Amino acid sequence: MSFFDVAEAAVAAALDAGARYADARVMHRRYESMDARNGEVEDLNSDESAGIGVRALVGSSWGFYAVPDLSDSAARLAGARATAIAKASARVAGPAADLVPTTVNQATWASECRVDPLAVPLSDKGDLLTHATKTMVEHGADQATALYQIWDTRKWFVSSEGHRIDQHVRECGAGIQATSIGEGETQVRSYPASRGQYGTQGWELVQGLDLLAHAPRLAEESRALLTAPLCPAGETTLILGPEQLFLQIHESVGHAIELDRILGWEAAFAGTSWLDLAQLGSLRYGSELMNVTIDPTLPGALGSFGFDDEGTPAQKRYAVQDGIWVGVLAGRDSAALAGLDYGGSVRSDGWARLPMVRMTNVGLEPGPHTLEQIIAETEDGVFMENNRSWSIDDKRLNFQFGCEIAYEVKNGRRGRMLRNPTYTGIGPKFWQSMDMLSREIEYWGTPNCGKGQPAQSGHTGHPSAPARFQNVRVGVRA
Amino acid sequence: MSVDKIADQVLGLAVRELPGAEIEVSVDAVHRALTRFANSRIHQNVTEDTMGVKLRAHLDGRTISTTTTLTGAEGLTSLVSRTAAAVRSAPRDPGWPGLAPPTPLALAGEVDAATRDASPDDRAARVRDFVDAAGGLETAGYCQTGYWTGAFRNSAGQALTAAATTADMDGIARDAGADGVARRSGIALSELDGAALGARATAKARGQADPIELPPGRYEVVLEPEAVSDLLTNFSYFGFNAKAYQERRCFAEPGTQQFDEAITLYDDPREPYDAEGTPRTRLALVDKGVTAALAQDRRTAATGGGASTGHAGSFGPAFGPVPQNLGFAPGSATVAEMVSRVARGLLITDLWYTRVLDPRTLALTGLTRNGVWLIEDGEVTRPVRNMRFTQLYPEALAPGAVLAVGTEAVPQPSRMFLGAWASPALHLASWNLTGGASG
Repeated sequence: MSFFDVAEAAVAAALDAGARYADARVMHRRYESMDARNGEVEDLNSDESAGIGVRALVGSSWGFYAVPDLSDSAARLAGARATAIAKASARVAGPAADLVPTTVNQATWASECRVDPLAVPLSDKGDLLTHATKTMVEHGADQATALYQIWDTRKWFVSSEGHRIDQHVRECGAGIQATSIGEGETQVRSYPASRGQYGTQGWELVQGLDLLAHAPRLAEESRALLTAPLCPAGETTLILGPEQLFLQIHESVGHAIELDRILGWEAAFAGTSWLDLAQLGSLRYGSELMNVTIDPTLPGALGSFGFDDEGTPAQKRYAVQDGIWVGVLAGRDSAALAGLDYGGSVRSDGWARLPMVRMTNVGLEPGPHTLEQIIAETEDGVFMENNRSWSIDDKRLNFQFGCEIAYEVKNGRRGRMLRNPTYTGIGPKFWQSMDMLSREIEYWGTPNCGKGQPAQSGHTGHPSAPARFQNVRVGVRA
Repeated sequence: MSVDKIADQVLGLAVRELPGAEIEVSVDAVHRALTRFANSRIHQNVTEDTMGVKLRAHLDGRTISTTTTLTGAEGLTSLVSRTAAAVRSAPRDPGWPGLAPPTPLALAGEVDAATRDASPDDRAARVRDFVDAAGGLETAGYCQTGYWTGAFRNSAGQALTAAATTADMDGIARDAGADGVARRSGIALSELDGAALGARATAKARGQADPIELPPGRYEVVLEPEAVSDLLTNFSYFGFNAKAYQERRCFAEPGTQQFDEAITLYDDPREPYDAEGTPRTRLALVDKGVTAALAQDRRTAATGGGASTGHAGSFGPAFGPVPQNLGFAPGSATVAEMVSRVARGLLITDLWYTRVLDPRTLALTGLTRNGVWLIEDGEVTRPVRNMRFTQLYPEALAPGAVLAVGTEAVPQPSRMFLGAWASPALHLASWNLTGGASG
């Protein structure tokens, strides 16, 4: 019995039990991770997970049931249970639930992977992390950490509309971090991002990071930060490095354009959005330099796939075009409720979790400048790099970010190092103040985007480049 | 197959496959059902029945942890085979602390049969009550029930079996964009009163019409239990973590009066043992303001001396041990009494999206949410728009800073399965509001 057969048995049982629509995903995932600290490995995990998740629609109500048993009988039971749960949902029912049409696909898709990360010897991977952390300690770090993570996921998706799609997605990433301990505080430097860099790629991604080459610099910068002057408080011109800007995009654009938030479906837990669908197509989100795409077709980015977890093929669309809000991240049911004609952004983090609206690759298109030009054209400002803390309100408007490091910018030149930099603002006002944007786009990946109950970790990608913003409040402190 | 039988089987296979190795097996079966509602309707309704097996092997100075959800004969054999292959090529692990010795459980897990067997209709009924209590206001939230059974075995002879149930409800009511909240956690679904929670959330939402903006500054505050649970979350993760202490990344100093004498903090576990098979018991972390203990796992105990307190596993050894069921011992004041003693200050219902700026000082930023009111001359006078704060959490509870502790430690849901925070209201002398949420 193939995994398609298992999924089809579940869908058939759900229909037999009274569902008017059903889909099922069989997933098999292998995951490996390693953490090292100060020259030694402190955690090594190798996980395998497989099971089936079934979604059933009865009237206007959904049910979902998941079980790690891939026998025919278990699959049929799962389908029937999903339908029974949907019927219970009808006790507190809502408006009619429809699904926007999608092409019915019978397809296969695999991500590109040049070096299978699971085939790289553990000893080689361990050597990389232990050498990198040992080097950081030798260069002055009190605590030096490194990690990698690898996901190898196979999915078989079947729906009552006739979908039959299998995908093989391989993702991995790694990062290093140096911490120096001062009298009353800690200072941290990370490479390449504060929780590492990730992509839908093979081990070639990690090889390209060249972690060892950056280890001495990180340690030295973290120690230097302990005695650097504090980032001054006040309003100034702010230049953000691409690693910080990707999280700014993630938090203040990506989450804000999630249709389930806009519709109030995440109100209690993750919050809603300041966006009003009545303004789709006319609202000024940012300056004319701001072009944000939703693009799961980007090769190698962490939010890439062939089909989402509803079977909708990956496709590019604009979220913000020339500064105007024009698109949302949507699923087939949320789009139908909102009167939109597209889905394509629904995923779950495993077979046991309900697929929901998640970011794919949400990021900026390139601007006309370079970072060098941006600094050269700034008389007085602050340049901040690498995220350290992030917080944003439940409508995705008021944010405050902390960065690991900053530099003052005076008369077109990068000046002295500044410690404990923070900046705060309101989303649309901030994005409207963007007056310079680099063309030096990189794809950043974050594998730990939290959403949903029970909690799910989303894998998202974010094209981002250095950019400049005017009149931003910096230096907020406890 | 039962969790015990699977654990025994995997231990037997692993001992044969890896002679001389130290072996640890834990098996967790989880039945978890969660009914979410939004816009006053059930929009997500999920149930999972999962069985996970974790095998940890230490051989010739090398360690690996492996897991599987495939619990048929073939899946378990495969788990042992790949573990055996991997441990031989794993990097060296000089910090291996050895296996937990045979020790009986100190606590029994609490199982409520009605919660274990709860149906989707049972959860939907709580949701119905919450929605009805809102009297037409928009509502959103969830009702969850869970049943866990676990077995632990190791090659040193430790053998444990336990079970527990959990039930949580969390909901908001919304009135013209203003949210009110109510939450409750328990071991039994019967502890969740959907109507009472809905009524509390609704009253909070309805009391926020026409809010005012306040300037930034330090304000005397009364924090309600929902807000206090955020303090517990961050103290748990970053404050009482022995690994962070050993690496000088946290503020805690055992034996020192770091908190007001009104503060006593304890961990009251629902899971009777941890990921390393160490039995858990009630642990006092702060006794009348004196930091008394830290959460330990076997690695931190081996490094720093002392014994594991049974806190391994929540986030893995790289993060370190954290208490999952931290609570404040209750005091003697009601919220009304606290408010009556405030000349000018704020009543804050909830804190939102709090993130650590520096773990050493436990400096956090975040926002208020779900209801803030101005208190003047001992009375709640006006609703206030949400504000951002940037605050050192230990400083807020320092000697002299705690003016009262509430009479009831209300069990609040956490984001960890079987985790919960016991939160009384707190009256604090100062909280650093750094800006209005609107700009």
